[in-house]
Amino acid sequence: MTTQAARLFRRMDGLFAVYKPQGVHWKLIRDTIESNLLKELNSCPPPAPQLAVKFQLLSSGENNGSKDLILSPSMLPSLADHPLVTGPQFHKVHVGVGHRLDAFSSGVLGVGKGNGVLEHLCGSHVTRDYTLEGEFGRATNDFSHTTRVIEKSTYDHVTQDKLERVLAMIQGANQKALIMYSQMDLRTQEAYELAVKGLLYPHGKSPPILTGLRCIHFNPPHFTLEVRCVNETQKYLRKLIHEVGLELRTSAVCSGVRRTRDGPFKAENALTRQHWTADCIIQAIAHFRKTTRKIRKSGMYRQTAGQLNSSAKVQEQIRSQIGQSDQISQEHVELTSPTSDRIVDGVTPGTG
Amino acid sequence: MHLCRRCVSVLLSRPLLSAALQPSTHTLHQRSHHILLQHSRVQPPVHSLTQRHSRETWTPCGRRNLTDHQAASPDVYNNKTDLAEREVEKHIVPFENLNVHQISNQESLSDIVVRPSPLQEISEEEAVQIQVPSALPPDSFTLKPYVDKSETLSKLVQLGVNLWELERRPNVGSMLVRLDFHADVAPKLLFLKDLGVEESKLGKLLTKNPFILTESLDNLEARVSYLKAKKFSQQSVAVMVSKAPYLLNFSVERLDNRLGFFQQQLGLSAEKTRNVVTRLPKLLCGSLEPIKENLKVCELEFGFRGNEIQHIVTAVPKVLVANKRKLTQIFDFVHNTMDVPHSLIAKFPQVLNAKFLRIKERHLFLEYLGRAQYQPSQPNYISLDRLVFLPDDMFCSDVALATLEDFERFQKTL
Repeated sequence: MTTQAARLFRRMDGLFAVYKPQGVHWKLIRDTIESNLLKELNSCPPPAPQLAVKFQLLSSGENNGSKDLILSPSMLPSLADHPLVTGPQFHKVHVGVGHRLDAFSSGVLGVGKGNGVLEHLCGSHVTRDYTLEGEFGRATNDFSHTTRVIEKSTYDHVTQDKLERVLAMIQGANQKALIMYSQMDLRTQEAYELAVKGLLYPHGKSPPILTGLRCIHFNPPHFTLEVRCVNETQKYLRKLIHEVGLELRTSAVCSGVRRTRDGPFKAENALTRQHWTADCIIQAIAHFRKTTRKIRKSGMYRQTAGQLNSSAKVQEQIRSQIGQSDQISQEHVELTSPTSDRIVDGVTPGTG
Repeated sequence: MHLCRRCVSVLLSRPLLSAALQPSTHTLHQRSHHILLQHSRVQPPVHSLTQRHSRETWTPCGRRNLTDHQAASPDVYNNKTDLAEREVEKHIVPFENLNVHQISNQESLSDIVVRPSPLQEISEEEAVQIQVPSALPPDSFTLKPYVDKSETLSKLVQLGVNLWELERRPNVGSMLVRLDFHADVAPKLLFLKDLGVEESKLGKLLTKNPFILTESLDNLEARVSYLKAKKFSQQSVAVMVSKAPYLLNFSVERLDNRLGFFQQQLGLSAEKTRNVVTRLPKLLCGSLEPIKENLKVCELEFGFRGNEIQHIVTAVPKVLVANKRKLTQIFDFVHNTMDVPHSLIAKFPQVLNAKFLRIKERHLFLEYLGRAQYQPSQPNYISLDRLVFLPDDMFCSDVALATLEDFERFQKTL
């Protein structure tokens, strides 16, 4: 006969996504979620205290030395089982974090009590989507816009066309790296078919590889890139912005890194700060239950058509609900629209 | 008849006695073996004669945890562990004097032959006088074995003191177990009740500060009379003690020093200082260095004038003990990014107490909607306290004139 607390604990098994705000360390998020879950678990009624036999003296006068002491046994709840003495029922919930986001970045973060599923997710070759915001004209020592400026340069000569060309070049180099790290001989038929469908993945350890890169917003000095990558760190992405600036004979800093998709977890289903309570989390876990099972079974994650269809429906709803049309929100919707894991070659306009 | 080995008298003895003696773990171990052997041989007399002692005596060999720091007491044990050389000393203590339990020594094998038969009948007086040691472990990791037996601990649990939290603090568990209820604990509890602390708050107070029970009553009374001499009302003293449980553990000089500092540094009148201290009695407990730093930061880094600082501190005393880095971050955002002048911030100091992320997200949302207007002279003015204090749904509907879903969607684009 399981207790209510044990049943609730069982329901907390699984993965879900969280939207990490900028400036917050991921560990703080993990701790907040863990303490919220613990609060809910410990609010369940504790098991009934054990009864202990206690002998109480029924005496006429004082209970010292009188010869007709009558001891009467009675069953009283033992104070040793009182919750103030035993402590809370649950001390720890092993909440883990998927692919980590550093404090400067924001975005979707896969979190959960997975019992090993998180490791599968991180180890498998899931791709992640990022939105990088850059600014021409400055270079800093760690590629972000808040640290010390090292050099300044002009950027009047930069046009969208030149930017696209540079992006195409970077993408080509990454394609070659992808083919190399996938360790498949491209002269075979199967390898060709996989490459056409866009299902080439790096096997084993690989450096960060961008499988997709395009510019979605160009307004000098500001520009925004959308990136789809494997095995990356956020510092690498900021360095990418810097390198784009270098290739264009100017300098650039990164003013924002935002992850819009972390494997199967998209931004629509990610929980914002107000929803990091136990019931919202349990709902989100139930929502992602199928995905979690798939990850656990396969060990290697592949995006399937069924999931993509459901996510497309959600996007339609969002599109109709947004009242104000704004560039940012449009781009947000566009970002999540590519429904296949294909290399985004064909989408980039004006590729030579 | 022979009695058992060591009996644990921790609960019922006075602190000075500390009659529970701790042999080394090694000795414990061997002793327990001997005891088990004894039991297996000699059981009946102790248990059959006196019904009340229905439990087996057991001696675990745990590591010492709660009884590490004992007062030095004469070691009544002789620590000879050789089986053949144990001495016996029958030590019969009348059951009436529960206060003093002596530790009995072991028996020697030679006495077994002389012992009377266990089925021999004895008189009622002798039966009553048999003292059976309680089955309490001499040391343990938790207070659980002692709670049912100890009057102090059971009364504390009934008051609402969180023993589980207290036993995790080093040495607090042993201290609580050694307290005598009628001599130590009860007078202090009555004193606190007389002071005006509510019964429901007593449990939390003692959980935060169990050392109020070891402070002497004279000191406590002296400090309360000092505070009353400084014209704190009875009720405000009670409120201060429940908000800052460690307050009465500080000496009169220290309290005096602190009160003087606040009155002098902040330049407030006595009445206002009293008000500030009553609302945040933590000010009197902590160290003064961080407060001095915060004041300097407000004056030099932020650029507030003296009277503005006074106003901020009287409105939101927490600014004095806030984290310097977080305070700077909030002020930087509000003043430089939101372009709010000093005078407005001084008028609404609650904004310095709010969470930075909240201010940031709400401001960016308003800016995105084009409603970020913080100048009182302009139309569509949004005051800083409404920006910060309203809950999310009210903020969205009243201030931003948008829906909560829009706000959440916007949050996901930041």
